[in-house]
Amino acid sequence: MTDPVLLHRLAFARAGDKGNRLNLALVCRVPEAFDALAAQVTAERVAAHFAARHPSRVVRYDLPNLNAFNFVLDDVLDGGVNASLGLDGHGKTLSFHLLALPLDPDAAVRRALLAVETTI
Amino acid sequence: MVGPATAGTDVVRIGSGAGFAGDRTDAAGPVVAELARHDGPRFLIFETLAERTLALCQLARRADPAKGYSPALEKLLAPVLSDCLKAGIRIVGNFGAANPQAAAARIADLARAMGHAPRIGVVTGSDLDPARPVAEYAAREMGTLLAGRSEIVSADAYIGAAAIADALELGADIVVTGRVADPALALGPLLHVFGWSPQDWDRMAAGTLAGHLLECGAQVCGGYFADPGAKDVPGLADVGFPIAEIGRDGTITITKPPGTGGRVDRFTVTEQMLYEIHDPAAYLTPDVVMDITQARVEELGADRVRITGVKGKPRPETLKATVCFEAGYLAEGEISYAGPNAAARARLAAQVVRERLARRAPGLGLRVDAIGIASVFNDTAGATLDGLFPATESADVRLRFSAQSSDKALLDLMLDEVEGLYCAGPAGGGGVRRHLTARLASASCLVERAWTAPRATLFGAAS
Repeated sequence: MTDPVLLHRLAFARAGDKGNRLNLALVCRVPEAFDALAAQVTAERVAAHFAARHPSRVVRYDLPNLNAFNFVLDDVLDGGVNASLGLDGHGKTLSFHLLALPLDPDAAVRRALLAVETTI
Repeated sequence: MVGPATAGTDVVRIGSGAGFAGDRTDAAGPVVAELARHDGPRFLIFETLAERTLALCQLARRADPAKGYSPALEKLLAPVLSDCLKAGIRIVGNFGAANPQAAAARIADLARAMGHAPRIGVVTGSDLDPARPVAEYAAREMGTLLAGRSEIVSADAYIGAAAIADALELGADIVVTGRVADPALALGPLLHVFGWSPQDWDRMAAGTLAGHLLECGAQVCGGYFADPGAKDVPGLADVGFPIAEIGRDGTITITKPPGTGGRVDRFTVTEQMLYEIHDPAAYLTPDVVMDITQARVEELGADRVRITGVKGKPRPETLKATVCFEAGYLAEGEISYAGPNAAARARLAAQVVRERLARRAPGLGLRVDAIGIASVFNDTAGATLDGLFPATESADVRLRFSAQSSDKALLDLMLDEVEGLYCAGPAGGGGVRRHLTARLASASCLVERAWTAPRATLFGAAS
């Protein structure tokens, strides 16, 4: 059994907030990663990864021409920046929670990893 | 409505001077220096209003009618005001907050002290009638925070670019607004120069995207981006702020001043394109519904990226408005444990405070974070921390207790319990800090355009 690969190795991410809604832009490091991530980083996986925050809805938007995805998570910011009891009411740190998602190192992920290594 | 004076112009240059009120005050200088090297229409935009800023400014205005504009106005504008006026770079900023007229007066004073007498355009009419019953907002709220409330502090709609274009049309060297949609700070100048029809949805969308890419300052140039080893950013300490070159056809090129740090490439631009976007096929603004799903991002060379293919759809009927209300106080108390068995001692301290508050302040919602184990990745119910606490050993843990209430005495009691850990808690607890902060909460509503009265005037002119 091979160790899981963290999403961080294949993609970049940026968090944005509006009220109690969080969006996480996920940008592939290489075009080869798009299909691999499309298959594994589903809205359901992301909802499960953020389960402790009880998202009421998670939607993934695909942007193949930008090699990117946009995840929108509703009701995960404890009321948002002006209401949260937490330190990071904006949720700005949460892009790196997404990037900690473990991927199954299947053939598509291994191909994407190889492309990352040869690109950088 | 838009004059033909610049009909021959093919490129407009718009630089960002600030992406938020707390932004660096030395960032605009290199942007202005670069803009000054070019001819043609050039603008510098400042975005300074977070959601709750309007409420803070409204409270300031109630205390002093000459206040109520952004407290960041002077520190951001003073370093570049004279250079902009000398070079013919026009300034557009939402410094006005709850009092655009007072902001214009302050800018006039600043300019006079530097030997200038600029024409200052004032955009008003985004504030909503304070006498309107709260229930009318509650009926239009996207959420339920306003239900049952009787008082609000401020209510402002995000208005569009037309009034900014009108102010420029009046000849303003500087335009100061209250709440406007952030991208309108760039779209307004483009409407003024190019005379785009407000129903030319693709161009309205292109101008909106240009504003969207500029509105957060360094975030498109390598700010909010660096991740050593994965995404390296040269010269982050002096990261440059962006300049957009927008063509009459809506083509956008993003760059930054030479000699500044940072990077502009397809990754920085793509991340910022999606920043705070929900459905990328339907980003709602007062001026247009923007669709970036067909956009193309191309690197033209070092720190130059071109964006084309953004599409627009007719603007929404309603405007988004932010309604702010007083929401009591946030109390935060902290204490540290370090060295052998630190996590277990921190956990015990959390249990002690919880046990005592359950008796002394039943009903007070308490959040506990353990910085060093789980804090920003923790959740308010504490499930994440509970899952990590027994197993995770950390040599340096800072416990943070937080609660919100309109009852100050109750919160003081909570903070006393944290401080009481000094002598009566687990071994080796140190570094207690306690903070009590007044809170303004905000709700979002969709309101009729007729609730606003966008208007442009020149400061000091008879109206």
